[in-house]
Amino acid sequence: MTAVAKTPVAARPAASSVKIRTQSEEAWRRFRRHTTAMIGLVVLVFLIAAVMLGPLIYTASPLKSNFAVANAPMFGKFIFGTDDLGRDMLARIFFGGRISIAVGLFAMSVSIIIGTLVGAFAGFAGGWTDFILSRITDLFQSLPAVPVLLLVTYLFRDEAKKVLGRELGIFFLIVGVIGALTWMTTARLVRGSFLSLKSREFVEAAHALGVSRLGIMFRHILPNALGPIIVAATLNVGGAIITESVLSFLGVGFEADWPTWGSLVFSYKDYIGINNQAVLLPAFGIFITVLAVNYMGEGLRDAFDPRRGR
Amino acid sequence: MATYFLRKVLYAIPSLLGISFIIFAILSLAPGDPLAEFGANPEVPAEVRENIKKSLGLDQPWPVRYVKWLGALSQGEFGFSFAARRPVTDLLAQRLPQTMMVVGIAYLIALVIAIPVGVLSAARPKSAASHIVSLITMVGISLPTFLTGLILILVFSVELGILPMIYDTNIKLDSLDGWGKQIKQSLMPIAVLALFNAGAMTRFVRSAMLENLPMDYVRTARAKGLTEWSVIIKHALRNSLIPVVTLIAINLPGVFTGAIITEQIFRVNGIGELLVTSVQKSDTPVVMAIVFIYAALVVASQLIADVVYGVLDPRIKFA
Repeated sequence: MTAVAKTPVAARPAASSVKIRTQSEEAWRRFRRHTTAMIGLVVLVFLIAAVMLGPLIYTASPLKSNFAVANAPMFGKFIFGTDDLGRDMLARIFFGGRISIAVGLFAMSVSIIIGTLVGAFAGFAGGWTDFILSRITDLFQSLPAVPVLLLVTYLFRDEAKKVLGRELGIFFLIVGVIGALTWMTTARLVRGSFLSLKSREFVEAAHALGVSRLGIMFRHILPNALGPIIVAATLNVGGAIITESVLSFLGVGFEADWPTWGSLVFSYKDYIGINNQAVLLPAFGIFITVLAVNYMGEGLRDAFDPRRGR
Repeated sequence: MATYFLRKVLYAIPSLLGISFIIFAILSLAPGDPLAEFGANPEVPAEVRENIKKSLGLDQPWPVRYVKWLGALSQGEFGFSFAARRPVTDLLAQRLPQTMMVVGIAYLIALVIAIPVGVLSAARPKSAASHIVSLITMVGISLPTFLTGLILILVFSVELGILPMIYDTNIKLDSLDGWGKQIKQSLMPIAVLALFNAGAMTRFVRSAMLENLPMDYVRTARAKGLTEWSVIIKHALRNSLIPVVTLIAINLPGVFTGAIITEQIFRVNGIGELLVTSVQKSDTPVVMAIVFIYAALVVASQLIADVVYGVLDPRIKFA
């Protein structure tokens, strides 16, 4: 099992010469030493800051077209050039990045919440609850993800638009569907951690003190199972960004006037050879984000599980 | 062994039933009408519409239709395509070979790259070459396949002009020239899929090897005076291959669904392209058949992985 039980600080031998670190301090220390993971973190923070703050400084409209400057090259009058309608590519990349990264973060949250709840109840309750929840997990694991995603988003997009409005409808539909189809790995990890942690002494102590079952699950066991959950969450962000771009690429994602990096690639893909920066820049945005996230995930995995060799 | 296998098969059947039921329910409960095409046409009178609906069996409640669909499936039938007005099996027979060829070759190439590269980079984990391998494979798994595809098109079709941008499906394979063209146009789709899978597999081989190399049995083999080569190949690799083989089986459906995107980029008329167009045309029987095939592939590869794991690892008891 990967999780290491957190010993209460007070229970440790009080040696004044030894600096006492909590488990998370220890993990952060190991993460910092992981060069590529730190680079990933810096790149990711930079990208998020850029897409959030960029439009405040660079105020060109991502939607205003001007045929006089269509397909302008990079580093001329426009830093990233323009697209086939003369729209500013840098502004479009900023707005697309906001939505792509937001999809990644929201879909990850949905997936982690479902996965943690299912895994926690299955591992803690055991018996029939475990059997049924595990079979449901298996069933979802066997669903072919991309085809089902394609199908559900295509079939339910009009309905979602009606209920939540044109943009929010698609956003929540995509986020929800990606989350609902990717929680299984987290559920299995959490179930495993809960199975091994629930018979530990600190859980018994909490029982003896009269802590409720939910209190034991979420206040006492969950903090000790966080390591693998954080790793899964990190990798999920990258996966969700790719999945959204795949949906956009297949033409069932966001509408063309609400750019994400994926939908930008999709709408410019036929301009390859004519306007390369328009199609390649958003694709590189996805690539750099996912690469940074994957390196961070690797660093976190090593940080939370020091026994894992590199 | 036989009972172990039988038990795994018995587990697989209900999960296939469950999956097909879920997909059928999604398709039936979704808003939207597969006959909307006729509905929009004012020249089609309402009763004709009703008759078409009846002749296609769409007037019955969906659980009844699901049972009928299952019945037909047990006869090897997937129903009748609304759009192509032909049996779904005909369409599948037309499309499957393209996908199978591209996916199969790509997966083989990925394997041929992954095993030696993974083993060598694990044998010298601190070397520069090993670091480069780990960088390249990380880039490989982070590159979206559409970006690899677009870059290849830009380099080989637009700039160099040596490979065709669009897959031509009408090439006759009766002459050497035809074969040459077929191979040429398959190069880029295969390369995209092979690169992506080689990255993931190399990382997996490498980490399986790294887990085994510090083990006591490896030290014992070294202590006996075996050559380094034989320690790595005959001892460490053999044990590392157990998880790798199961991964190869489990990942196979992912390669097929990954091919949906490559087929879209290069316009290969494979099964993934058929799925995308059928979804857009609301051609429910075709969609149902293809998604079911993907699901069957997932379940079958999990079954194969379980069985292979059982055969390779003597610690698994067949009780």
